[in-house]
Amino acid sequence: MTTVALKPATMAQALTRGLRDAMAADPTVHVMGEDVGTLGGVFRVTDGLAKEFGEDRCTDTPLAEAGILGTAVGMAMYGLRPVVEMQFDAFAYPAFEQLISHVARMRNRTRGAMPLPITIRVPYGGGIGGVEHHSDSSEAYYMATPGLHVVTPATVADAYGLLRAAIASDDPVVFLEPKRLYWSKDSWNPDEPPAVEPIGRAVVRRPGRSATLITYGPSVPVCLEAAEAARAEGWDLEVVDLRSLVPFDDETVAASVRRTGRAVVVHEAGGYGGPGGEIAARVTERCFHHLEAPVLRVAGFDIPYPPPMLERHHLPGVDRILDAVGRLQWEADS
Amino acid sequence: MTVMEQRGAYRPTPPPAWQPRTDPAPLLPDALPHRVLGTEAAAQVDPGLLRRLYAELVCGRRYNAQATALTKQGRLAVYPSSTGQEACEVAAALVLEERDWLFPSYRDTLAAVARGLDPVQALTLLRGDWHTGYDPHEHRIAPLCTPLATQLPHAVGLAHAARLKGDDVVALALVGDGGTSEGDFHEALNFAAVWQAPVVFLVQNNGFAISVPLAKQTAAPSLAHKAVGYGMPGRLVDGNDAAAVHEVLSDAVRHARAGGGPTLVEAVTYRMEAHTNADDATRYRGDSEVETWRAHDPIALLEHELTERGLLDDDGIREAREAAETMAADLRARMNQDPVLDPMDLFAHVYAEPTPQLREQEAQLRAELAAEAEAETEGTAR
Ligand SMILES: Cc1ncc(C[n+]2csc(CCOP(=O)(O)OP(=O)(O)O)c2C)c(N)n1
Repeated sequence: MTTVALKPATMAQALTRGLRDAMAADPTVHVMGEDVGTLGGVFRVTDGLAKEFGEDRCTDTPLAEAGILGTAVGMAMYGLRPVVEMQFDAFAYPAFEQLISHVARMRNRTRGAMPLPITIRVPYGGGIGGVEHHSDSSEAYYMATPGLHVVTPATVADAYGLLRAAIASDDPVVFLEPKRLYWSKDSWNPDEPPAVEPIGRAVVRRPGRSATLITYGPSVPVCLEAAEAARAEGWDLEVVDLRSLVPFDDETVAASVRRTGRAVVVHEAGGYGGPGGEIAARVTERCFHHLEAPVLRVAGFDIPYPPPMLERHHLPGVDRILDAVGRLQWEADS
Repeated sequence: MTVMEQRGAYRPTPPPAWQPRTDPAPLLPDALPHRVLGTEAAAQVDPGLLRRLYAELVCGRRYNAQATALTKQGRLAVYPSSTGQEACEVAAALVLEERDWLFPSYRDTLAAVARGLDPVQALTLLRGDWHTGYDPHEHRIAPLCTPLATQLPHAVGLAHAARLKGDDVVALALVGDGGTSEGDFHEALNFAAVWQAPVVFLVQNNGFAISVPLAKQTAAPSLAHKAVGYGMPGRLVDGNDAAAVHEVLSDAVRHARAGGGPTLVEAVTYRMEAHTNADDATRYRGDSEVETWRAHDPIALLEHELTERGLLDDDGIREAREAAETMAADLRARMNQDPVLDPMDLFAHVYAEPTPQLREQEAQLRAELAAEAEAETEGTAR
């Protein structure tokens, strides 16, 4: 038996590796965005790509998000596979018109004649002490736009696998990168990076019997921590990592909730009009007769993302999750 | 030492010598729009080209009239006519090689048809049976689209990609005067100039954005002047002079193909009809203005040139009109047939593979349609 030497890698390194492998495998893959070339991106995710593949394949664009995505549309029309970097979540908003009016619907409006294989990488979410406009969780906007796939990794291996899948997809994919997990580490075999996961599958990160925590991206580690802490209270929590918000893996989620009979949706985006409402409704529609309690949500407050010195009060943490889990001992007359 | 004292002691070093990067003078447009018809330069233009332009102009005007009539009969949801602007539309289509790409705006049905697109397919968006009625790759015409100026960055990206692949393809993007105020116009021109992308931008300045006149749209001396700030040449042309538009666009296309980068062309023209059939133009402009422009009609200008030089006689004029009538009759006949639509198409092209959620919704609609059909057969059986 051969032993494989595992090496630690951060999520950011896994993403770099994903981009590099995709570019090496397919000459039509082009990386573009602000500061992605010489600097390697403000999070260094595109580090070394311009040197290895040239500035025509890893391009520092002018500072204009609509222009970046709009030109990527034209490049995709001509047979390229652009991978676009938006520098921070809130700076993707100028590109929304291109995203919603063209990227998401070009396949549909041309009856399939003009698919756009564009990957849009967006560092998102809080917890890194960013100043205003550097911590938004904008996934609900993307989820509400038909024609886009929306994925978000929570582990180093998924970051690599999902990114390769996103770039290989013939449809546009909004690839949400949880900023605060960029420096999370895991060990993997650098000679054989993790298998590419198909987009659209959730995964049970931790099996349990008494309730399901449904979560994704930056909230996955928080939920795992909460599940550990809940053992002291006699709760055996299952944690489902969605990985893909569009398409949504109803099957895995419903199967879990049917097993446990109770569910809490956890995310840091605001709750009102947020992803949790959609997820709770889907779960209720499918699992009503298995539910012992209403599906609860633990979300960020319905406020513009707060200043960094207050963000810990906003972000759903272990205590807020445990509190919700406590409320799952629901009684009809309470 | 206090802060003020420190400031007092501060001696700024002079900035390094300023070197202008380019001389803006050659980029500036001429003061007056370039003209060919009625000038000595007209004699240099290939008579075959003039005749071709004429035939297309006549056909184009008839197309506009027919499409407008179809809105009155309820066959088209809406039609933005380009009557008065045919010279721009036709020249835009004719300057391109087959491998080049045209990026029209919503008013440019005529340019698409002049490039060879089936007149009925060109109207799909406006009839409402689908959004784009054609495969954009077939004639290399991007989808006609209604958000203003958003097609401009697409043209830049496509031209850039073609150049990266080593193809000598040029993209020609059309936009209205109102569209030049949109942010996408700025971003597209800036990207094009920085990347030296082989793109030509043609602004059809027809005087109005719906009801808003140019003076309320921009304070620039001309829209062509905007080019200079991006580092590309700006050209001003009489948009009713088909030979002039063709010449200026040809130069720009040649320049782009040779690696010279983008050009911004402003064609000064006029929209003779209302914005669309739904608009009341009398609310924002007077008859006398319209009549002034009627005297500068693009078809009359060219017809005059051709007849003066003996290149066109009454028979030729009749021939052109008959060809246009034949086109219109065919368009009318085909547009009067109800399009056959399949509701299941709603789900067919959202993603390469429908999501599980879409499959569920597809099944729901299929069941609804089956129930509807059943109710109908029961109804007829009774
Ligand atoms: C982004 C956007 N805003 C508003 C509109 C509504 N609209 C349709 S046409 C038009 C005027 C366009 O004027 P111009 O660009 O000069 O083109 P023209 O109609 O003269 O051809 C407006 C405001 C639109 N289609 N897209």
